[in-house]
Parts: sequence; C-alpha cells; structure tokens
Amino acid sequence: MKKTYKIDVDCANCANKMEQAAKNTEGVKDAIVNFMTLKMTVEFEEGYTVDQVMPKVEKNCHIVEDDCEIFWKK
Amino acid sequence: MNKKQKKVLTRIIIASILCIVYALLPLEGTIKFLLYLIPYFVIGYDILKKAGKGILNKQVFDENFLMSVATVGAILLGEYVEGVAVMLFYQIGELFQSVAVGKSRKNITELMDIRPDYANVEIDGKITQVDPDEVEIGTIIEVRPSEKIPIDGIIIEGKSSLNTMALTGESKPRSVYVDDEVYSGSINLDGVLKIKTTKEFGESTASKILDLVENASSRKSKSEDFISKFARYYTPIVCYCALALAFIPPVISILLSMNPNWSQWIFRALTFLVISCPCALVISIPLTFFAGIGACSHEGILVKGSNYLEALSQTKIVVFDKTGTLTKGVFEVSEIHGENSDELLEYAALAESYSSHPISKSLVLAYGKEIDKNRISSVEDMSGHGVHAQIDGHDVLVGNDKLMKKFNVDFEKVDSAYTICYVAIDLNYKGYILISDIIKPTSKEAVSKLKKQGIRKTVMLTGDGKEIANRVGNELGIDEIHAQLLPQDKMDQVERLMEEKTEKEKLVFVGDGMNDAPVLTRADIGIAMGAMGCDAAIEAADVVLMDDNPLKLTQAIKMSKKCIRIVYENIYFAIGIKVLCMILGAFGIANMWMAIFADVGVMIIAVLNAIRCLKQ
Repeated sequence: MKKTYKIDVDCANCANKMEQAAKNTEGVKDAIVNFMTLKMTVEFEEGYTVDQVMPKVEKNCHIVEDDCEIFWKK
Repeated sequence: MNKKQKKVLTRIIIASILCIVYALLPLEGTIKFLLYLIPYFVIGYDILKKAGKGILNKQVFDENFLMSVATVGAILLGEYVEGVAVMLFYQIGELFQSVAVGKSRKNITELMDIRPDYANVEIDGKITQVDPDEVEIGTIIEVRPSEKIPIDGIIIEGKSSLNTMALTGESKPRSVYVDDEVYSGSINLDGVLKIKTTKEFGESTASKILDLVENASSRKSKSEDFISKFARYYTPIVCYCALALAFIPPVISILLSMNPNWSQWIFRALTFLVISCPCALVISIPLTFFAGIGACSHEGILVKGSNYLEALSQTKIVVFDKTGTLTKGVFEVSEIHGENSDELLEYAALAESYSSHPISKSLVLAYGKEIDKNRISSVEDMSGHGVHAQIDGHDVLVGNDKLMKKFNVDFEKVDSAYTICYVAIDLNYKGYILISDIIKPTSKEAVSKLKKQGIRKTVMLTGDGKEIANRVGNELGIDEIHAQLLPQDKMDQVERLMEEKTEKEKLVFVGDGMNDAPVLTRADIGIAMGAMGCDAAIEAADVVLMDDNPLKLTQAIKMSKKCIRIVYENIYFAIGIKVLCMILGAFGIANMWMAIFADVGVMIIAVLNAIRCLKQ
C-alpha cells in the first residue's frame, strides 16, 4: 500500500532527514520525501495500517527535525 | 510571503535596527554585552531552541547547532557584533531561500498548470459550473471561448480552434470539428463547443500529465542521492574538524611552550563552522531538477523522473522504430508510371475505394475527386494480391506482381524500394503506381542535430522490407539499419546494442508506444512519441513526447544537458567556494563576514543558478 501526504518543512536538508527517519520506521517499506512538491510518499509493509505506522513516522520525523509537519489525519 | 516568513522578516528588521543604533552609541563592557543580547535573542531564539532540542534528541550536528555554537562562541569571545551579525545573516539567508524556493515552486507549478477548475454542464436547462471530478462519462459539457477543456471527449456540436500549447508545446492552433477527439488541458480559442465526455476527470489527459510530472521529482537522480549522502557525512566531519582546529594548534603551542592563543583558534574554528553549512548544495540540486522537469513539460516533453532527465544527458545511442517516429506511418502516392497517368490513378482509386487498407486509402486520397460508386459493378478483394473489380464495364486489376502473374497479364516487373501497384485493364497492362511511407519533414534535421549533440550512433529498426528501410535510413543519415524485424527481433537488437555499450553511455529507444512497450522498458530510456491520448504509451515510456515531431527529442536532450550542467556548476561552485573559504578560515585569513558570504551568498547564487533551468 502506498500513500502520499502533504508535508510542511522549511529546508531541503531537513526534508532529507525526514525521509531517512520515515524509512527507518517500523512498518514502512520505503519512503520518499519530495521537497519541491512538499509531499511524502510512504509505502507500508504488509500487515501494517496507516493508523499504526503514521504516528511513529511523525514522531521520528519530529526527532530529526522539530519544525516539520505531516498532514496524514483526515 | 506567508505568515511564517513575515514573522521572520519582522524579527530581522528589529534586530537590524537595534544593531545599527548600537553601532552609533559609545558602548563598553558589560552594558554592551547585555544590550547586544537583545537583538541576538530576537533574531536567534528559535535557532537556539532547535539546537537545544536537537541535542536532547541526540541529533546534535545540524545547521542550528553549527550556528548556535558559532554565535555563542563569538559572543563569549567578546565579538558581539559578529555574533549577532552571523545569526542575522543566517536568518536573512534562510528567509531568502524559503521565499525563493516558494516562488520557484509556484512558477513551476504555474508552468504546468493545465488543471481545469470546472466543467459547464447543463442541469435543468441551465448551464452550471460543476467540479470536473463529478462529471460522469457520456455527459455533455459546454466549453466557451478562452476556457480550458476540462475532460477528454468528442465534439458533438460546434467548431473551433484549440491551443494545445500546454499539452504538446505546439504553438500553432489546431482546428477541430464535430466528431473530433479533444483532450483536456487544451484551451478553446474561438467557438462554443459541446463535448460528450469519453473519460472520467481523473483518467483524462490533463490529470494524467499533472500526476506524472508532480511525481517525477520523487524519482531521484544519482546527483541528488549523492548530495543527500554527502550531507549526511559532511556535517559531523566538519564539526570534528572545527573541534580539532580549536584545540590541536593551542595544545601543540603549549607543548612547544609557546603562547596557545586560545581565543584566536576558537574564533577560527567558529568561522569554519559558519562556512560549512551544506544548505546551498542540498537545496539547489533538487530545485534544478524540478525546474528542468517543469520547463520540459511546458514544451510537451514529459520526463517521468529526475533520474531519466539525468540519464538523457548521457545519451550516446539512439534507436528509432521507423514507422510512426521517423516516418508518418501513412502512405502516399509518390510516382505514377503509364501512358495515361490520370486514367491509371482513376481506375486504381475506384477499384480500391471499398478497402480500408492504408495503401488503398492513399490511392483514393491521391485521386482527390469524389468516388462515383455507381461506376463500380463488382469488387473482389484478393488477399495478398490486390483487387479485381468491374468498373465502367471494364475488367480492372490493381495489385502486386503475384496478381498480374495469376491473371497471366504481360507486364514488366519493376524493382523499387517503394510499394508497387500494377494496374491492368481488360487484362492489358497499363502501368504502375509507386506508393511510399512519408518521412516526417523534420526527421532529417533531427538526426543531424543528434549527431551534433554527440550521439555516437543512430539505429533504425523496422519490420518493413530491406529496400524501403535502406532508402529511408540513407536519406536521413542513420548509421545502422535493420529491416524485416519481427517485434521479438527488435528486442534482440536493443539487447545487443545494450551489451555493446559501456555503462555510462545511455541508450534511448524511440517508438510510437503502440506495440513496443517491452522494448521501451528494456532500453535505458524509453521515449514514446506522439503520445497524446495514448495511455498505453504514457504508461510504458520513461519520457513522453506529446506530439510526433522528432525534433522534440533533440530538444529534450538539449534541455537535459543544460539541467545537468547547472547541477554540476552548483556542486563544484558550492563545494569549491566552501572548501576554499574553510582553508582560508583555518589559516585565519577569512573572517566572519567572508564566512557569511560562503554560507548565504553561495546559497543565493546556487538557487538563482538553479532557476535558470526554467528559461529557454
């Protein structure tokens, strides 16, 4: 399952760090952060739901870059 | 500017005013220290906070940390003005970056803005604007002059000319009439059109293109990967270097019982830190690719990823599928040989008028006059041979040499690279008509331009006969011609060429995307041409040329080269200036002001350079 979310982050390097953090989150198969379009595409591993994974992704991203947001809640 | 940016601007202004006022006052000692703390905190509180959080989260080495250490260090060493100034300029730089990126983001998106906002649908006798997403297939929509066609469909009423610039890059308007297929994203220029939709909004051309281009920059290029990896190791390394610079020389001095000069070395280490911020690199490379992809899509060249744009610039071998790319894939009568050529063509056209074969169509087209079907009393289609018809009471044979032999017509066999149609009336041989596939007017120019662009080898693959292939290939100046290929043979040829070349040389395959999807996928870069409205081609190819002009290929390569040149300029320029300033800083030649230039100035120049990719 792949989902794309809008994000808000100020610098390109922070976007790279977010990408790393998201990739290393449990339940995430792959993640791509596109700084130019301000979008994060997350590919989930099988057996994981968005509600399980995304809070962790958000938490991990906040650790590497405090000033970022992922709009994943409806 | 958004709210966040305005807030930063206000802080910058306040801090700047305070600094200027202080500079005019005769301040000394502790009072000076305390007074300078005010603008320092005004401008830098968020950076300090972020640095603190970073340390708590064990993410120590980032830009915020660099800036905090550098400025706190400067202030502790009594260089108040420098401390505040560094923070101030860092914020100005960040603000500029944020505004510049936001602006180019907007510019590029506008460039690609073909998304229609509404569709006019008749509800209860009144034309109402609705969200195109809600329009079902088969709905009749109305498009007025200067409106965008929101959804793909077929014209059922009205005629007009369309501007398809946003889709194909072609500036000449296209005239459309009833029963013509039209694509979303085109702009209606003159008349009111009623269109019956054939697709849903999400499946329409405009939505597909937008989707494709927006996702393109998510497929990252090698240069981007290199830079993000570089940044990951770079910042910690620089921090350790700075640490070494601050401690090792003084310690050595102490060991040699010389003056350790602590403050001088620490100050140099701080300068070193300011210079070293990686933001110029990290921002400018993806920005360049994004701008490049945006500029390409504006020209009707859809590049599906930064990686393909990068690969395109290293193209050395171009393989063309003949029909539909170099030639139009439609046939045309080129020569008529016979005593009465008008009569010859007239009978041939009449005889072939019931067939839908491209060759038959070309005969009818060349005849040009209305076909009076009453003159034809019977037609027999003889598959693989030609046509046997009764016209005006005459027995007419139109077809190849096999047909002539079958009816024992006494004829002269002609050797030609063209398709030959022999004509016999009442079993008397009358002459022959030569029919050829038309070469696109720009094919030759495109091939010679490719050569100038450093393409090592051009190859043409075709299922047609050897003579036709050689004629077309030689006329265009193609290096390698392979004829009589089955689809599988085309794949084998591409595989062979892929093996012969080196890793760094990229192979491009250009096809019309109709039945060459496997080859498009196998090549380093698969390019589908004339793909407007053809979903399969858009799906299979890495680069999509919306119209069928082969010159677009040379344009795509040119633009990719420009984009890559800018990427490398930025990489060399930014790293070069930084390393130079770092060395100068380590030897104490570069001061804090130079350091700020190396950080903010380089970033600004790199961003401006990246934006250059948008201009033609």
